[in-house]
Amino acid sequence: MNRSFIARNPSVLVFLALLGLFTLVVSVLSEGFGVGLISTSFVKTLGKTLCLCLIAVAMDLIWGYAGILSLGHFAFFGLGGYMVGMWLMYERTRQIVVNSLAEGVLPPTPEEIQAAIGNQIFGVVGSSEFPLIWFFADSLVLQLAFVVLVPGVLALVFGWLAFRSRVTGVYLSILTQAMTLGLSLYLFQNASGLRGNNGLSGLQNLPGVTAPQSAVSLWFFWASALALGLGYLLVAWVVSGKFGSVIRGIRDNEARVRFLGYSVESYKLAVFTLTACIAGIAGALYYPQAGIINPAEVAPIASIYLAVWVAIGGRGRLYGAVIGTAFVSLVSSWFTGGQAPDVNLGFYTIKWVDWWLILLGLSFVFVTLYAPRGMSGLIDLLVRKSRGEDT
Amino acid sequence: MSTLLEVSGVTVSFDGFRAINNLSFQIGPAEMRAVIGPNGAGKTTFMDIVTGKTRPDEGHVLWGEKSISLIGMSEAKIVRAGIGRKFQKPTVFEEQTVQENLLMALRKDRGPLAVLIYKPSKADLEHVVKLAEEIGLADALLRISGEMSHGQKQWLEIGMLLAQDPRLLLVDEPAAGMTPAEREKTTAILVEAAKTRAVVVVEHDMEFVRRLNCKVTVLHGGAVLAEGSLDHVTKNQDVIDVYLGR
Repeated sequence: MNRSFIARNPSVLVFLALLGLFTLVVSVLSEGFGVGLISTSFVKTLGKTLCLCLIAVAMDLIWGYAGILSLGHFAFFGLGGYMVGMWLMYERTRQIVVNSLAEGVLPPTPEEIQAAIGNQIFGVVGSSEFPLIWFFADSLVLQLAFVVLVPGVLALVFGWLAFRSRVTGVYLSILTQAMTLGLSLYLFQNASGLRGNNGLSGLQNLPGVTAPQSAVSLWFFWASALALGLGYLLVAWVVSGKFGSVIRGIRDNEARVRFLGYSVESYKLAVFTLTACIAGIAGALYYPQAGIINPAEVAPIASIYLAVWVAIGGRGRLYGAVIGTAFVSLVSSWFTGGQAPDVNLGFYTIKWVDWWLILLGLSFVFVTLYAPRGMSGLIDLLVRKSRGEDT
Repeated sequence: MSTLLEVSGVTVSFDGFRAINNLSFQIGPAEMRAVIGPNGAGKTTFMDIVTGKTRPDEGHVLWGEKSISLIGMSEAKIVRAGIGRKFQKPTVFEEQTVQENLLMALRKDRGPLAVLIYKPSKADLEHVVKLAEEIGLADALLRISGEMSHGQKQWLEIGMLLAQDPRLLLVDEPAAGMTPAEREKTTAILVEAAKTRAVVVVEHDMEFVRRLNCKVTVLHGGAVLAEGSLDHVTKNQDVIDVYLGR
């Protein structure tokens, strides 16, 4: 019992080793630093997938372990993306503006520079004024802090209100859906100060960096892999000890945990907030690879997909969440990206772009009904077989 | 004798139905008490009030030497004040081991941060082993508790209560669904516990109550009908009419 938690959870080491190996292989095969078998856009897809795996690990912590089906974690993911996007957009626009104004006869005043940046960024929503929330956009350090703080504070306030009123089960799920829908609708407004439905764009260009995208894509890929590794380690540690016992207890019998003297609400709030922060970090790494973020990203459906990925992978095991997310999101982008060949049946042509969602829905139903442990249940089966035990 | 828990003049109604009607009840710091009564007498509601699950409309619930009012305190806080409760159905955390169940119940700081960095000390683990011996589960420490028999789960739950080291134990029908041998053992565990703390047992089974050999409180219609030794209350005409006569 007193051995280190790594020794008690060999799967953590296996996962980290596989993640490291995967990162190495992709780097070697990449265009940027390797032999060029993997295109830059695919490196970005893989990097984005790692970010999705990270938020899935957070989702598994709150749903699989603590039993709280949050259907709003993409709100935190999106906020993380917006926070880093603000700095990226501001700083890059500033450099462009400074360069172009430098060609003038008179050196530009700071006010002129500021006005020109505002015009560039907010012209698209018919404004040139900087909204108040952009006050710190010139500071990378602060915006990076906001990546964690803004989702964290939102989760803290929302969670405090919801858990204190003992909202549980499906009602909580609906409430979190309302939260992410509300955020999405708010961001759609031009007056929200984040460029309405245009969102923030050009995020793939790092200000002051002249390296080609083939290299930048790998930097983000590595950062995403590192974040996933650390996030996985953190969550695995959180669920390994007594804290894990308590939150699994909350999942299985909330009232009983209360009658052991634990303040169930504090635990839920702690888990909700921690996972929101992880989601924020995942989003901050995702959107510079996607290049653009807009309010549609935090629409309610995104968070539902997250739950589907984790369910298909198998909740209550961290590697299950990762496997499910990687598999489903990659297959999904293959089907919907037009790479899957249409099947001509003569009387009807199956277009995968349309049929993929139906396939996904069916597999969700199938997993829920017949394989509650998801894809990781298969791993259990293999491990048990290899040990020669009866199933 | 000083009182540990004093309930006085408590009334509670649900949708106009008076589940508890001007109930008064006292228990000392090291005492065993059996609470009996027909269905709907208010036994479970009584426990709900003491543990903070139900808030009474009227009356006082005072606790300890300082006579702190328990009304309005959260369930978790009341538990931390020293009141442990065992529910009718054995409710242990079925997916976790006996050891994990007991460690969770052990009297320790219950804040999330303290729990997050908690590592069981040698003394804690020894304490768990000792508890497991008391409840006869010393060999089952690493077993998943969901795989155990009904009786073993009941004992584990009693063990979890003892691990909390409460000053008052509220036990709801501990012998339900047990074999005679299991009952005997449960009796022994409870009698042992009552040497150092107050134990309130709610029970239907007269034979079991007789074995506890303690003062008995008979509830009826949400109020105390009679109180005294089992022989005394079973001779009471009111008790015979409403409960034993049926």
